[in-house]
Amino acid sequence: MANEIAKGKAEPGCAKVDPILVADNVVRQFGGLTAVDVKHVEIPRGQITALIGPNGAGKTTFFNLLTGFDKPNSGNWVFNGKELAGVPSFKVARLGMVRTFQLTKALSLLTVMENMRLGYQNQKGENPLAAMFRSVWKKQEQVITETANELLVRFKLDAKKDDFAASLSGGQRKLLEMARALMTKPTMIMLDEPMAGVNPALTQSLLDHIKDLKKEGMTVLFVEHDMHMVRHISDWVIVMAEGKIVAEGPPKEVMKNPAVIDAYLGAHHDSDLGSKKKAGK
Amino acid sequence: MDQILTNALGELLTPMTAAYALAAIGLAMHFGFTGLLNFGQAAYMLVGAYAFAMSTLAGLGLIPAILISFAASIVLSFILGIPTLRLRSDYLAIVTIAAAEIMRFIVSTTGLNDVTGGPQGLSGFARDFYAINPFPAGEYGFWAWTMDEKGLWVRVVAWSLVIIAALFVAKMIRSPWGRVIKGIREDEDAVRSLGKNVYSYKMQSLIIGGMLGTLAGIVFVLPRAVQPGNFGTGLTFFIWTILLLGGAATVLGPIIGSMIFWVLLSLTDGLLSAGVDSGVITFITQNQIGGIRFMLVGLGLMLLVIFRPQGIFGNKKELYFNG
Ligand SMILES: Nc1ncnc2c1ncn2[C@@H]1O[C@H](COP(=O)(O)OP(=O)(O)O)[C@@H](O)[C@H]1O
Ligand SMILES: [Mg+2]
Repeated sequence: MANEIAKGKAEPGCAKVDPILVADNVVRQFGGLTAVDVKHVEIPRGQITALIGPNGAGKTTFFNLLTGFDKPNSGNWVFNGKELAGVPSFKVARLGMVRTFQLTKALSLLTVMENMRLGYQNQKGENPLAAMFRSVWKKQEQVITETANELLVRFKLDAKKDDFAASLSGGQRKLLEMARALMTKPTMIMLDEPMAGVNPALTQSLLDHIKDLKKEGMTVLFVEHDMHMVRHISDWVIVMAEGKIVAEGPPKEVMKNPAVIDAYLGAHHDSDLGSKKKAGK
Repeated sequence: MDQILTNALGELLTPMTAAYALAAIGLAMHFGFTGLLNFGQAAYMLVGAYAFAMSTLAGLGLIPAILISFAASIVLSFILGIPTLRLRSDYLAIVTIAAAEIMRFIVSTTGLNDVTGGPQGLSGFARDFYAINPFPAGEYGFWAWTMDEKGLWVRVVAWSLVIIAALFVAKMIRSPWGRVIKGIREDEDAVRSLGKNVYSYKMQSLIIGGMLGTLAGIVFVLPRAVQPGNFGTGLTFFIWTILLLGGAATVLGPIIGSMIFWVLLSLTDGLLSAGVDSGVITFITQNQIGGIRFMLVGLGLMLLVIFRPQGIFGNKKELYFNG
């Protein structure tokens, strides 16, 4: 497995056979605290990569930086051949790199369906001059609605489509956010703790959805504490601790890596890497 | 007693009520649908009033005068929006309230007497408007709503504009554009993460709502003189009251809100005045009534926000104040 994805030995910052995202020297400091300090990392194209690490390791901050929601002190990164440093967040999304948030951002006073429709790209009716003329965007709106309906069925939210997003449970909001991100038809989707709060009865089907995304050719990068999920669906695992990348490799090997056990145990003595429990919560 | 009632009901259709409704529809676009805290709607009305009056007094026709007013309104939106719309929402609030006051001071300085009329303001600018009045001279209407041909003409135009503005905003809000706008109200970052240029949409909303405010300013001054004193912060806060009264995230709300506001104001004024005259109310005097009725408005607004935060027409589920 390591040979299919990495060029050489699996080690922090190792080169990939076909990287979709390459980041160099990305540093973000909050006052005296260095939250992210990534020398070099490559995300393999078309694979499911897990980004793990104890709480406060800098995973969310790294997501924010890559997607333009936060500005690094230094660093540059290239996504799909495009230099992204300094590119505003909405343009990053348009380029096909779409993320979800650890703290879910459902648009509460929009219906589930309207949340979904919002994700679709290049909508004619989003132009203020065209908005007035329904005939201009009516057809596209039907296509959008069909796409949304299919995804809502997949994510078992179809019964809720006319409800305000505010009425959903925490787990359902996570699902809605993920489905909404998929409405953009991303090249790469970045999920920040997609399983947190999701009903265990739904987790298995969610795992299957994520595997399906890979089958459709999408690249998936996700942050997760649930080691069961990490082992079950990821092709590659990247471990962060204290802002740095401390280990990389295929899931089975990474879990045995002393640096990883150290990173987790160093921060949280009570966490058990092998269990389904959330480490470091 | 009859007089009090007819006075109050007469308020339903005045150009003033229409102007406030228009301004409140603009504010609904800003705050109710986009979440923009514009505390300077008076500035947009001022721009409309002055740009229109100055243009017509300079000899321009009605259409050019209106177009110039809109252009000035768009410029104001850029001035207010460019520095603030990338920042947290409270920056816009501070800048708009300050800008509105600055503009009022500028137009009322005596140094600008030749241009803006200074503290006296401007008059005689609406001749062209009344010159194209299609209604022949005479008495129109009935009961509480009697008026001369000028009053009819300005009411027809004012309320037509209100209806057009309401239909326009309703259409915009139900479009994909409106979906983005409402999404921004809920969570800007979520909308950004879906590839929408939030800054640009906020600017568009500021411009559209501002232009409605500008139109309101024109309607407001058609039956009267332009006086700088009319465009103080009080004006902005009456419009806010009307918006919250009717329901911030509705289109009908601002219209009904404006009607209720002016009818209630007239009614309290009439009743208090009659009470003092007849000796029923002894603890206040005639000249305190003006202030007291606004205290009652404030009290009413507080009760409204506490017991019906979504406004009269707002959707219960679409509660606005909890977010
Ligand atoms: N906006 C911020 N201001 C100050 N410190 C922050 C901010 N965001 C994150 N941090 C700090 O940066 C570190 C990394 O946080 P985060 O990226 O959220 O970690 P993770 O997602 O891996 O749990 C933490 O120590 C956190 O307290
Ligand atoms: Mg995090």
